[in-house]
Amino acid sequence: MTKTNSKTTKYQYQEYADIDTGYQALRWHEPVIYELSRKGSRNEIIPNAEKEIQVKVGDITKKIPKKICRKTPAALPELSEPEVMRHYLRLSQETFGYDSGVNIGLGTCTMKYSPKLNDQLAKLPSIAYLHPLQPEETFQGLLEIMYDLRTWLCELSGMDEFSFLPRGGGHSVYTNACIMRAYHRANGNLHKNEVITCAVSHPCNAGCPSTAGFKVIELHPNKNTGDIGLDQLEAVVSDRTAGLFLTAPYDTGVFDSQLGEYAKLIHSYGGLVALDQANFNGVMTRMRAGDIGADLMHFNLHKTFSTPHGSAGPGAGAIGVKKELREYLPAPLLEFDGSQYHLNYNLPKTIGKTGVFYGVIINVLKAYAWIMSMGEQGLREASEWAVINNNYLIKKMLEVRGVDIAWPNRRKLQEARFHLQKMKEETGIGSAEVNLRIADFGIQTFFESHEPVIIPEPVTPEASEAASKEDLDRFVEAFHQISKEAYSNPEIIRTAPHHCTIHQTNLEPLLDSKRTKVTWRAYQKRGLS
Amino acid sequence: MKNSLVHRFIPNSAPGVREEMLKVTGYKTVDEIYEEIPEALRFKGELKLPKEPVSEMEVDRRIKRSLSKNRTTQEMLSFLGAGCWFHYVPALCGEITGRSEFLTAYAGGDWADHGRYQAMFEYQSMMGDLLDMDVVSAPVYDGTTAAGDALHIASRATGGTEILIPSTISPNTLATIRNYADPWLDLKMIDHDPKTGLMDLDDLKRKLSSKTTAVFVENPSYLGFIEDQCEEIAGIAHRVGALLIASINPISLGLLAAPGEYGADIACGEGQPMGMTQSCGGATMGILAVNDSDRFLTLLPSYLVGISNTIVPGELAFSWHTLWDRMLYSTRAHARSFTGTSSWLWGISAAVYMALLGFEGIKQLGKTNMQNTQYAIDILSKIPGIKTPLFSSVHFNEFVINFDGTGKTVAVINKALFEKSILGGKDLTNDFPDLGQSALYCVTEMLRKEDIDRLADVLRTII
Amino acid sequence: MNPGERKKKLGLIVNPLAGIGGRVGLKGSDGIETVKKAFAMGAEIISPQRAMETLQDIYPFKDEFDLFTYPKGMGEDEAKACGFSPIVLGEIVPDQTSAEDTKSAARKMVDLEIDLILFVGGDGTARDIYEAIGDKATVLGIPSGVKIHSSVYAVNPHRASELIKMFLKGSAPVREMEVMDIDEDLFRKGQVSARLYGYLQVPHEKGLIQSAKSASLGAGNNRTIAEAVVDGMNDDYYILGPGTTVKAIGDELKIEKTLLGVDVIYRKQLIGKDLNEQQLLGLIEGKNAKIVVTIIGGQGYIFGRGNQQISPRVIRKVGKQNLIVIATKNKLLSLKGPLLVDTGDSECDNYLSGYIRVITGYNEESVWKIEC
Repeated sequence: MTKTNSKTTKYQYQEYADIDTGYQALRWHEPVIYELSRKGSRNEIIPNAEKEIQVKVGDITKKIPKKICRKTPAALPELSEPEVMRHYLRLSQETFGYDSGVNIGLGTCTMKYSPKLNDQLAKLPSIAYLHPLQPEETFQGLLEIMYDLRTWLCELSGMDEFSFLPRGGGHSVYTNACIMRAYHRANGNLHKNEVITCAVSHPCNAGCPSTAGFKVIELHPNKNTGDIGLDQLEAVVSDRTAGLFLTAPYDTGVFDSQLGEYAKLIHSYGGLVALDQANFNGVMTRMRAGDIGADLMHFNLHKTFSTPHGSAGPGAGAIGVKKELREYLPAPLLEFDGSQYHLNYNLPKTIGKTGVFYGVIINVLKAYAWIMSMGEQGLREASEWAVINNNYLIKKMLEVRGVDIAWPNRRKLQEARFHLQKMKEETGIGSAEVNLRIADFGIQTFFESHEPVIIPEPVTPEASEAASKEDLDRFVEAFHQISKEAYSNPEIIRTAPHHCTIHQTNLEPLLDSKRTKVTWRAYQKRGLS
Repeated sequence: MKNSLVHRFIPNSAPGVREEMLKVTGYKTVDEIYEEIPEALRFKGELKLPKEPVSEMEVDRRIKRSLSKNRTTQEMLSFLGAGCWFHYVPALCGEITGRSEFLTAYAGGDWADHGRYQAMFEYQSMMGDLLDMDVVSAPVYDGTTAAGDALHIASRATGGTEILIPSTISPNTLATIRNYADPWLDLKMIDHDPKTGLMDLDDLKRKLSSKTTAVFVENPSYLGFIEDQCEEIAGIAHRVGALLIASINPISLGLLAAPGEYGADIACGEGQPMGMTQSCGGATMGILAVNDSDRFLTLLPSYLVGISNTIVPGELAFSWHTLWDRMLYSTRAHARSFTGTSSWLWGISAAVYMALLGFEGIKQLGKTNMQNTQYAIDILSKIPGIKTPLFSSVHFNEFVINFDGTGKTVAVINKALFEKSILGGKDLTNDFPDLGQSALYCVTEMLRKEDIDRLADVLRTII
Repeated sequence: MNPGERKKKLGLIVNPLAGIGGRVGLKGSDGIETVKKAFAMGAEIISPQRAMETLQDIYPFKDEFDLFTYPKGMGEDEAKACGFSPIVLGEIVPDQTSAEDTKSAARKMVDLEIDLILFVGGDGTARDIYEAIGDKATVLGIPSGVKIHSSVYAVNPHRASELIKMFLKGSAPVREMEVMDIDEDLFRKGQVSARLYGYLQVPHEKGLIQSAKSASLGAGNNRTIAEAVVDGMNDDYYILGPGTTVKAIGDELKIEKTLLGVDVIYRKQLIGKDLNEQQLLGLIEGKNAKIVVTIIGGQGYIFGRGNQQISPRVIRKVGKQNLIVIATKNKLLSLKGPLLVDTGDSECDNYLSGYIRVITGYNEESVWKIEC
């Protein structure tokens, strides 16, 4: 096996790498940690039991029945502490964090600044050293924070109760689907087994109800308006309808103009409306799910409410329900009797749990700290800036050759769906190719689209309030440059990236399950064949 | 135009920028854009929220004031475990997971976020070595959802409709998998031997049928004892075409057989012991792995970071686009996933943890846990009225104390302990009524002899 | 190419006569008489030009594959003109090539385990390839013919070269695409009567990198769709239209459903195979019946293309409420517009218009508009 990531010989596309993009990522050629291993290296992190205990109990491990003893030592690498530190520090440097780059490409992810104070607070011993099963009187301080956040989110959403149990957006929708299931069963409506959603709602709006056992019916946005249209919904709603799972606003930045009518229609058939408000950032303080007919909804604390994305989690979901559904929420509920906060487990109709304990508490704290920092005025301002930044971006992006926008006749809120169909047609360069190149400019790769891709060659950036005008201009400038390359020398793009930590990935072993390896040991056995 | 707010988190809120940018958009005011929300759905009322922004220093002061009301497991002597354990968090884990690049990253391309993908591949690889399995997924939400995912994989792989679970199963896990199993699988409990706590293999054989999709074992069990029959259970399950799902504690695998060694098909577990603080149960990470690539790889519902190469010879790439259309191959719609943001930061923590401790370190950690636990069992068992361990098997770092002989309830005893700043074990009377007045005690490397002696002394006075 | 990988083998078959009818207003070039007529009218051979457009595009990657082709105008000339040194198979009589030459070229390439066979032509050429090798190899059409109803062709020669490059990189997955053709005699008289002839294995463009969070939604495959239909079956008569998606229902029931014909099943047993309109009407007379159809052709037709046996009379007798439309999500999403009907009876077409649920997987339906 060749030593991996070794310094390479002359780069075959050096002439493209010589084009100045104003950015060059760090390139440590860092080997896989196993290759750094030195046999016998040890770190004394955890001590042996105290002498007295050792003497008293002897080698208890000898009493483990043979048949359940580990037979072969695990082949973990052996390194000294400074080597481990250096290795992972280098890997962190080879990662495009929100803080380090222009990070407005990831639409629907609402990448925004995570205040450092909040990260520090979440590490304080007064929260880090709490056990979830301590008597509630010993963590009244945390319960107060949770209860206040619950109350604020009720206010922002127009809902009556919240739970922080879910770990993310998808987990929230799943938990809401479980609540919907429990509600219809409790009312004897076993025939209500169909959930309606639409193609421009997040995939979890279809996938989660399906995982909970519902049949899922997917509608499509009107080609002209971007809305579903009441006529389409009327064509499928029936007594079997358990509920509607819809994202508002959509990932297209469009707010469905008939959402209120949909809710009324679904309710008239005894169904429930579950709103996915992962895209809440642009409508904060401007609309409330509870006011427009939602029975269930969720926020992503790691999107709108600033908690860091953690390289892909932990995030945090907050599910809100109307009072009729309160008793179905996961136990315990937070309650306040005027002097003390309580965890109420007495919920006979609860769905039980979809995860352990009370949710991602550290992110509950960070979201709370963020809202406190903003105040209502700040929230309103943030939302407005998410919308202004996006509309500024739209105007500027449409000046780029080969860039168009879906549903041009609609106003766009927090984000917009651009597309490169013309560029693709004229140059062969589409959104996937441009995405190979954009990181060469110090700009994070952009989100294309969720499945199903109904707008071909999609580009979906989202400039939250934390983007500066200069960031937006830099993003657009990079697009101009890439467009020029597409129309003059598309090979630069096809062979990109040239300024990133590594070069273009060979996708073949990743897409063929017979060749896929996800551990070093599997790779050592068979390579990529 | 209104005089808008200048906020420290909003770069463009500096004076003048709004006008300049709005001019480009072609809208006079932002309200014009908000006409996108139908008039009837627009919120026009007053929100009962704190109005004004608050300075950083003031936020710091207010939150610290609130949190100072908490009393922590550092200030008290805690014997609580039951799904969230008090372990040492190496400084390096906090250092690396605190790196802003890792902490704030998300969803970039392989080439842009190379470092975090490599770190995640290394997590998968080291966990694979610990589990003795070739396929490890990126972390899922927590140990209980990992168990739920394991159920879904099993049900899709075998088409069975029942899952057999031990009657000693963690109530946390049970509560979650009741939802995950619904409506695909029925949960059936297998009795345990009242003396040892171990799974009753006769009952297992009685309940096993062609409908069985998998047998679920916990090792160590929720109640702390080591389930030593895993290999036999695997054999029994496999004979009827059912799978073995093993729920493990990763730090026990220096000493205990790895799931791959005894023939488990799917492994799951809670990764919190590997460098995550207790954080009121809010820092969790689900471990999920399978042993047979051909059979189960495409059924995994979660992200996988695969290894590949690039157009430059000798250069490796790591990517989460690995088999991205796995879930398209759903059969009978079982167990679709809802993968999104999961728990990668903690996966990085676990990677650092494993690299730092190495196999010998994890082995030693296990030994310290077991010795401290055994010491606690030894001295507590001498207290009149107390029966411990309730089960005669070997224990890892948790064990059950039965207080029936004291004439006192666990609730009363825990209250009395609490008055002496001791957090007694988790009260099991609701979840396991058959065990009488019993509590689950946890003793890890964090406790010292004097702590355990103190518990014994206080218990003596209470009883 | 990555180290250790086998060099890919690319095949090239040019039908030099394809498309010559078009420029002179003849619809198609099938049959020797038409060809003669076309030449007489001054037709030019256009397929070599089409082939070369693609070959020029992929020339920079020539080291990544070996090129196999047939003599002279069937590929050799074009390849050499573009600078390739192809491996030439078989023998032909120049300027007198026929369908048989196309077929034997395809068969030879299957024997040589060619990774991707490129062919240049129209619907007739696609039919020849299908007849010769079926699903035994991966193929890709470069369009040159007049009639392109088959979806086995790239949009144009340049998009074909994009697909070839992706295929070489392993990022163009293979799926089955329809071989369709119309009766040229009828077509020349102004009537469209498209038939489904079969399916070929064709690479398609999936985009280099899929969206990071895609695929949480399980789009069904033919099998899960069939399971959904079978689970919902009652004691009605089921008229099953042509196509692989419908045929999968037969596979699920372990009965021999014809791929291209219209069959009827009752209580999960096959009671009629490859039936015409009269036979269908006879079988369902006085019975409750349902119709199961899928989309035929790239344009989105569910009636009027390849399933004319299910006539307006049959449709009316069964009733719109008993219509079951099934299709994979990929197929639906590749449509440029709504679902279409062209039963030849505008009243019936109007009757069918409106929103309809399409079964796309187990427990999964997608709503689409039918227009006429």
